[in-house]
Amino acid sequence: MELFVFICAAVMVLLGALGVILRSHPVHAALSLVLTLFGVAVLFVAQDAHFLAAVQVIVYAGAIVVLFLFVIMLLGVDKAEDIKTEPLTAQRPLALVLGVGVFAVLATAIITSTDSVVRRGDGLSPTEVADPDANIRQIARSIFGDYVFAFEVVSILLLVAVVGTVLLTRRQRRVEVVSK
Amino acid sequence: MVSILGIDPLLVGDVLWTPLLIVLLKVLVIFVVGLLATMLNVWFLRKVIAGMQNRVGPNKTGPFGLLQTLADGIKLFFKEDLIPERADNFVFRLAPYLTFVPAFLAFAIVPLGGDFTGGNDGTVTWFGEVTRVQLADPPVGVLFAVAISSIAVYGIMLAGWASGSKYPLLGSVRASAQMVSYEAALGMSLATVVLVAGTLSTSGIVANQTTIGTWHLVTTGIIPFVIFLIASTAEMNLPPFDLVEAEQELVGGYNTEYSSIRFGLFFLGEFMNPITMSLLLSTLFFGGPNPIAFGDTVINIPLIPGALEGTVWVMLKMFAFLYLFVWFRATFPRLRYDQLMDLGWKVLIPASLGWFMLLAAQRVGDVAGWDPVITTVVAAIVLLVSYSLLQLALRTSRLEREREGAMF
Repeated sequence: MELFVFICAAVMVLLGALGVILRSHPVHAALSLVLTLFGVAVLFVAQDAHFLAAVQVIVYAGAIVVLFLFVIMLLGVDKAEDIKTEPLTAQRPLALVLGVGVFAVLATAIITSTDSVVRRGDGLSPTEVADPDANIRQIARSIFGDYVFAFEVVSILLLVAVVGTVLLTRRQRRVEVVSK
Repeated sequence: MVSILGIDPLLVGDVLWTPLLIVLLKVLVIFVVGLLATMLNVWFLRKVIAGMQNRVGPNKTGPFGLLQTLADGIKLFFKEDLIPERADNFVFRLAPYLTFVPAFLAFAIVPLGGDFTGGNDGTVTWFGEVTRVQLADPPVGVLFAVAISSIAVYGIMLAGWASGSKYPLLGSVRASAQMVSYEAALGMSLATVVLVAGTLSTSGIVANQTTIGTWHLVTTGIIPFVIFLIASTAEMNLPPFDLVEAEQELVGGYNTEYSSIRFGLFFLGEFMNPITMSLLLSTLFFGGPNPIAFGDTVINIPLIPGALEGTVWVMLKMFAFLYLFVWFRATFPRLRYDQLMDLGWKVLIPASLGWFMLLAAQRVGDVAGWDPVITTVVAAIVLLVSYSLLQLALRTSRLEREREGAMF
């Protein structure tokens, strides 16, 4: 049963990922991304990480890709892109090298380590799996207990990004007003 | 894998034919009840709104015009199915299902009955098997509803885009902005319920509210309910938040180019949503299948056996909210787009966030043994300071805009 779920979800993820790269139409590519995210959510559920699955769907599929689509539609770039000509010539060879490099690192990590990548003893105990809220408790303890400092730093980073974006757009407008 | 199957007590342990048949039966019943309820909801809406406007409403087809929606549905089926030349073929066909399917999925997690009173856990025994009167009780519970409502954005958004024409696109861009903004307030007020209930599962939330004093309406302090009601109205694009299909501005909004049964699917999804949302509202804030009880005095409906009573209460509460949504439709004029965004971002989100912080402070105070009065006063002062800061920020930005000569 678990193998069956894994195969279905993996096929979803891979099809979606291929779709993101191969579809020349931006909207279709974004929809393929949604398929991938759903596949990952299913994999989370199969690993008893229900909360992560829900958050995956709510945040990534429900908000981020919606914003992608929003931008694609508003900017009017929703036409099939001609990918024959390349504006940045160094981009493609560089992408190839980096891609192969990342793949090699991941592959060696997976092959050489049987279970040393994952720290043992952090997961749910078998008695906790039956409790539907154990997941959330565990995540809350990690985020707001063990890693609370890192969590807050990340939130400040996001805040700075938002304030920076607002500031940039504001300044541009003021220059326009002055030049008029 | 244990807890995937744990969505229903039936499926734990050896799965035999009877449980499987019961689950299939439940799926069928939910589907049929959902469709019938949608049909009746359309009739209900037209009849109530006609009453409010001194008209008769549908009265020709069947008794009291009950079959009017069925007639409309049959008409839709037999109309010609058109796909515009400039439409994106695949996405155009996909979009109606992305509206219709989520509407049904959300229906699956609502407890539609069962006895939660007197320490019972709401399970019932059918044909010697223990189960719940709801299709699924997933471990993520109410988060499933949020996830589903965030998927529903795609249906409207893609429908507008794939039509390949201006007005549907404008409608869908409005819709996606509106739904994404109000989802934040919706999720925040939902989080207060989860905080008070201490569980995500819908049956657990219902079991937590056996008397009026323990209804989450009271224990979360009404504000989250009001925010949830407003945000859910906006999330479903019902009036006064129906800018998505503002006829005067956008012809028909995102579904302008749709005809025949594809339009019918949008229509179904749109009228299914109020039912689901009413059920969710009664589950989250009004005790769902629990009877109305003041302390120990329980109001029981006479002549109805105990097992059915929960279902009757759910229906009554659902009707109250359906009526409320129709009442909104008949009463409020449509908001302007900037008013909509102001209400969402400057009122509802800060209010729900502030209220959540207040309740969280009280919970922490309970655990740490602080004086509840002092905790509340300190939290209130903090909230007041943040409110004044927000107002200051809003005023400064307004002054700035006026100085730059923008027309607002």
